[in-house]
Formats: sequence, C-alpha cells, structure tokens
Amino acid sequence: MDDGDETVTEQHLRVDPVACDAFGYCAELLPELVALDEWGYPVVSDRAVPPALLDLARRAVAECPRRALSLAAGKPSVTPKRVRLASSRR
Amino acid sequence: MTTTTTTLRSTSRLLAVADNGGGPDLDTHVQVHGDPPRLTGAAARDGVLGALSRSGVTGRGGAGFPTTRKVDLLARQRRRPVLLVNAMEGEPASAKDRVLLERAPHLVLDGAQVTGALIRADHIVLCIPAEHGGAAHAVQVALAERARRRIDALHVELAAPPARYAAGEESALADWAAGGSGLPMFRPDKGVPMAVRRSPVLVQNAETLAHVALVARHGDAWYRSVGAPDAPGTTLVTVTGAVQRPGVMEVELGTPVGHILAWAEVRRQPGGVLLGGYGGAWIEGSDLDVPFSPAALRERGAAVGAGVIGVLPAGACGLAETARLVAYLADESAGQCGPCTFGLPAVAEDLDRLAMGAADPALLERLRRRLEVIPGRGACGLPDGAVRLAHSALRVFAFDVANHARRRPCPGWAHRPTFPTPGVRRMSLWTTGTRR
Ligand code: SF4
Ligand code: SF4
Repeated sequence: MDDGDETVTEQHLRVDPVACDAFGYCAELLPELVALDEWGYPVVSDRAVPPALLDLARRAVAECPRRALSLAAGKPSVTPKRVRLASSRR
Repeated sequence: MTTTTTTLRSTSRLLAVADNGGGPDLDTHVQVHGDPPRLTGAAARDGVLGALSRSGVTGRGGAGFPTTRKVDLLARQRRRPVLLVNAMEGEPASAKDRVLLERAPHLVLDGAQVTGALIRADHIVLCIPAEHGGAAHAVQVALAERARRRIDALHVELAAPPARYAAGEESALADWAAGGSGLPMFRPDKGVPMAVRRSPVLVQNAETLAHVALVARHGDAWYRSVGAPDAPGTTLVTVTGAVQRPGVMEVELGTPVGHILAWAEVRRQPGGVLLGGYGGAWIEGSDLDVPFSPAALRERGAAVGAGVIGVLPAGACGLAETARLVAYLADESAGQCGPCTFGLPAVAEDLDRLAMGAADPALLERLRRRLEVIPGRGACGLPDGAVRLAHSALRVFAFDVANHARRRPCPGWAHRPTFPTPGVRRMSLWTTGTRR
C-alpha cells in the first residue's frame, strides 16, 4: 500500500468473497469496520477507513489467512447496500 | 419447453425471416436483410462504432449496459482480443437466445463479425451448451454456408461449456475459455478487461450481436424508429407459465406487459407476473399497463433482465413458487462465496416455512435481515438476483405473507409448480434439508 498517501486518497476495505473462508480475524481486529454475518462471513463498512484506523486496517489485510482482505482507493465495488453493522453483529 | 411463436406482434426485425415463414439459410437471410456488412478500414469502423453508440443498443444478456461501453474498452487494448459469444442462456425459463440461433443464425454471426472487426479480434468463440443442440446445429450449418462463400474475415470456433445457471456470467465464461472450471471470478474493477491466456476478452450476448448486425446495416436512426425513446429498438422475450401460447417473440421495448400477455393468449388476470428471470422480480397481476422497458420496470424494482415474462396462474401461491425458485438458485450457487452458499438456502427455507404456514414468530424479521445482509457480497450477481426476487415476493404477495405468518397456509401452496426448478424437491425443503 502507498504509505503517506492516506490524507489525500480515501481507502476502503474490500473482501474477495471467493477467497474468504470466514476465519473472522478481520472482525476481531477491526470491529469498528467489519462485522460478521450469522454465517461468520465479514460485512465491511462502506465508509472510508478513518485515518486513526489505517494502521490496524493494514494489519488486518496483512494477517488475513486467505489474503482475501484488501485496501483499495475509492469506493469499494462490492458493498452491501444498507448494512446496519449493529443489527448484524448480534 | 414449447416455443410456438405467435404471429401477432408489433414488429419483427431479428425474427423477420422466421416470422414470414423463411428458413435459416444464407440466401433467405441475404434476401431479407441484405449483404453482411463489411468493415474494412478505420473509417468504416468508426462509422459503425458511432452508429452503435447513438443507437442505444444495450446488452441483452441480463445486465443491460450500453453495448459500446465494453466494445470501446476492448478496442483500446494492445493485444488482439478474443470475442466470446454468449449463448449460454442459463435462465431456465428463457429460450430466446437458442430460438434466435435456430431461426436467424446468420444475423448473430454477422453481428459477431462486425463486433470482432470493431475490436480487431483475433478470433471468435461461440458458446452454446451441449443441451441446446438445435442451436448448435443451426450454427454449424450456417458456418459451413459462410465458409463456402468466404464471407467471414474472422475464424469462428464453436464451444460447449457446461450448462449451469451462472455459466453465462461473463467472468465464468472467460474462466472456462481459459481452461478453468467455469466459475465466476472476483472482479473488483470492471474497467479492466478479463483475459484468456493474456489475450483480453469481450463477452457479448447472442441477441445483442444480432442487434449490432442490424445497426451496422441500417444505422441508428432506423434502429431508434421503434421502441421507447429511452429504450429504442426491439427485444426478444420468452413468455412462459400459465399462458395459452408460450414461446419466444420479438416486441418493441416499451410495449405494455399486458399487450405481450394478450399476444400469448393470457385470458385471466394472473396471480402475479415474474419479470426478467429467476433472479428477477414479481409485479402484481393487475399491474399490466407497465411498459416493458428498463426505466419503467426499475420503478417497480424489476428489470428486463434476460427477457423472461412468467405468468403465475391465479390461485397458485406466489410465496411457495418463490421458495422453489430461490431454492433452485441456491442449488445453482457455485459454492464459492459464503454469503451466497449459506445465505440463499437459509432464505429459501424461510420462504418455504412461510408459504407452508409453519412460520415461527421470528421468521419475518429474520428473513428481512437476511435479505438485507446478502446482496453485493458474492463474486457474481446470482445472490443479488435471488434476494431481489424474494424482496419482490414479500411486497407483491404482502397479503399472503401476513396470512401465512399467522400460520395459515393458503390452498395454493399445493398448486402444481408453474416454473421449472430442476433438481428442487417439490415441497418443504426444510424437513429434508439442514436445519438452521
Ligand atoms: S480475515 Fe480474511 S478470511 Fe478471515 S473473515 Fe476476514 S477476510 Fe475472510
Ligand atoms: S456469488 Fe454465489 S454463484 Fe456467484 S460465484 Fe459466489 S458462490 Fe458462486
């Protein structure tokens, strides 16, 4: 990832649904941005990663056992509509 | 499926030969449509590309994007692309691509050659599943005729990828062409073309190419002279379900759904109408004035999709039908993405319990939550289509939903299934399937 760029470009989390195996590390590391659905698969927030969470987000990307998580500039193309993180976290 | 075409319709263009009793041969084709367009030189290519973009032709495989968008992208690649013609027609209720290939194979092949010339393709691969033997045969005969007269600049190969619901999804088709198993791929950036062995790939639906062949011959003004202003031209629809004359017909975009049903001899008000395909949406059986065009259908949460118009008979249970359709889509899930693999069977089970009058008190809330969390999280559009269908069922059959939620099944629950769902058990999925 391009370091030092975070103040100009918004970064979004993105999950490759084919690669992801629902280990859930990402949700443990980043509960502010990733919830798990009832089947254990991550639901990522569609808001940009706040600067304060960028380091943690990079760590989540690096530690995803399936390399399914990534940070990308701009809007994520795979984003659920109207996901309420609170309700899907029960 | 029976495919009797009705003769009463507003316009025939793609099916002009067949509707006048003509055969699929090259001579008749040239007599009716004129010589195949030739695109030699950059000026000719630019001319057709311009006409195509002004014509407003959109993809007829389901997504409905402007055709020139993809063509433009592929025309700008350094390596010569491969053109994949998509006649997979994975929607079980749709028959239009195979009927088109059986009756007007030369129009599709003309369009493939034109598009191939526009993107400077290396060659063309026409994908028809082995199950659609009639279409493949018609194409083989047509290719032999064209070879004898040497009218084609680009080599056309015929391929038979395995038939599945999602096999025609463009990344799945590209994956299969590259020697993969033919499963959809995760493509976060659609602005980057797919590749087969490093060659960029353009996937175009068979009907779309037939429209391209007509625009290349007659221009955009002619193309736009029928249809709706915001949705010009004609489209092929497959009318199925509780109709006297099921089959494929060509209609102007913007034709009221009720007119199309009248041509198919639907005499009673339907219990509901399924539009687009299994991953489409229901509209109410009384809502037949709605024009069959993308904008009008979008307002009702529906889409032209693959052109399916399915009639649910009055007296059948729309919820039970939806439960079967979603169960079918769940079975067809390629099992790659969690939200699709686990979410769709769960939704199907909820719908089935609801239809049976076996809903627990938490069912509706749970179902709505599931429908909210699944969309947009698969590699392909299959789960989003299933969710759209389920959403529309809750809306259109709201009266039944309320009744069934109070554990009252309707007599329609035991009604014979209207739409084919190969492989899906007829009743109560949840008594045999895995429990939540
Ligand atoms: S850590 Fe990776 S594999 Fe695990 S749930 Fe998150 S994205 Fe999926
Ligand atoms: S969304 Fe479903 S059908 Fe599409 S690739 Fe993923 S698992 Fe397969």
